[in-house]
Amino acid sequence: MSNIPADLRYAASHEWARLEADGSVTVGISDHAQEALGDVVFIELPEVGKQLNAGQEAGVVESVKAASDIYAPVGGEVIAINEALADSPESVNSDPYGSWFFKLKPSAVSELDKLLDAAAYQAAADADA
Amino acid sequence: MGQRTPLYDLHLALGAKMVDFGGWDMPLHYGSQVEEHHQVRRECGVFDVSHMCVVDVSGEQAQAYLQRLLANDVARLQTPGKALYSAMLNEQGGVIDDLIVYLTEEGYRLVLNAGTRDKDLAWMHAQTAEFAVEVRERRDLAVLAIQGPKARARVAELVTQARAALIHELKPFQGLPEGDWFIARTGYTGEDGLEIVLPVTEVVSFLNDLVGAGISPIGLGARDTLRLEAGMNLYGQDMDEQVSPLAANMAWTIAWEPAARDFIGRPALEVQRAAGCPSKLVGLVLEERGVLRAHQVVRVDGIGEGEITSGSFSPTLNKSIALARVPAATGDRAEVEIRGKWYPVRVVRPGFVRNGKTLI
Repeated sequence: MSNIPADLRYAASHEWARLEADGSVTVGISDHAQEALGDVVFIELPEVGKQLNAGQEAGVVESVKAASDIYAPVGGEVIAINEALADSPESVNSDPYGSWFFKLKPSAVSELDKLLDAAAYQAAADADA
Repeated sequence: MGQRTPLYDLHLALGAKMVDFGGWDMPLHYGSQVEEHHQVRRECGVFDVSHMCVVDVSGEQAQAYLQRLLANDVARLQTPGKALYSAMLNEQGGVIDDLIVYLTEEGYRLVLNAGTRDKDLAWMHAQTAEFAVEVRERRDLAVLAIQGPKARARVAELVTQARAALIHELKPFQGLPEGDWFIARTGYTGEDGLEIVLPVTEVVSFLNDLVGAGISPIGLGARDTLRLEAGMNLYGQDMDEQVSPLAANMAWTIAWEPAARDFIGRPALEVQRAAGCPSKLVGLVLEERGVLRAHQVVRVDGIGEGEITSGSFSPTLNKSIALARVPAATGDRAEVEIRGKWYPVRVVRPGFVRNGKTLI
């Protein structure tokens, strides 16, 4: 049974999004996603400054098992990326909600409402299993 | 639901994530396959390999039968305990399976792959017609592999004195019985270790003893990265019935002498040998970030193309490695296509890590 924090929003493609006090959106992948991927070995992050639309490919997570695309859950400009992930990709497995991938300045905060809440994501993840 | 070994419930109790492997429900990992991989290279770990097929061959013409059946020559096994690695070929010289065969007091013991069990047994039985031989599948036996630099010492602490004594005396690639256990100093990881064949009625209790003593259970995920680092083939990926042993880094397992030994597939193989095999199986090393995977295309400048047969991330080397079938003239560089882009790779002999040490 995977961990799904109630204060986050989720994309059907298994990214989580958190609206911060300063209006930025932090993005990572869910416990369900890291569990399905297995040990993560490389992460390809978007470049700072890149403009992304909601649902657009933002990077790649490479595990021993497979390479999986990460998608921007909402549209916006990439304002920060988590450089620490390059040295410890395995932290995504041990701490999926603490190991953020990138931060966005969202184009439209209302896009967060289109994402799933914890209960809806739980239902989607259960159906996936 | 696939077939299950006697250890299925214990795997679940140990937290295994189960997957299908050749029709068997087996543990992929118990938490982290990378951690399990490191554990084997640093200390030791235990694998349930009871899905593999143990077959005993006996009778007056057991040797003659196996000399016909196998591409390596069992006549090289002079004393009980000795073993060899061999291909079993079809008439076209393609590989039906790869296996280890031990000489025992009663005849021979073969260990075959799990996924090829039915095919192998049907083939083996079909070849018995002209020989006074008995081929007996041993479904009453289970197999555990304990691998790593500390494996033999740790296991010796947990078994009877007679078995501990045998473990200390075993030479590499030797396998001998003690009571109704059969203990071999063989493995599929490139480390020292043991493969123990024991009654199915005793394997749950023995695995409990091993795990209870702190020996980590290891899943198939780590088994694959360990064997790949060791440069060992996986049947069904690195070779199959369409592939010659000469194109699978197995030429060294063919016993051409004596020339009069007419093993199945010999005529086809001799034609290939005379013409020169157009492909070879090599190792690849990706120096930058990324993961090499099976079926990615390999391009060799000015020579031609090949394909990765097995690829993964090497936890011990912290980079990606692969085995690939490439044109015979390939030198020491090539390129691999990963998700639409070409990356340079080093071409090496298969075998990247042995006894914990980097070979490349």
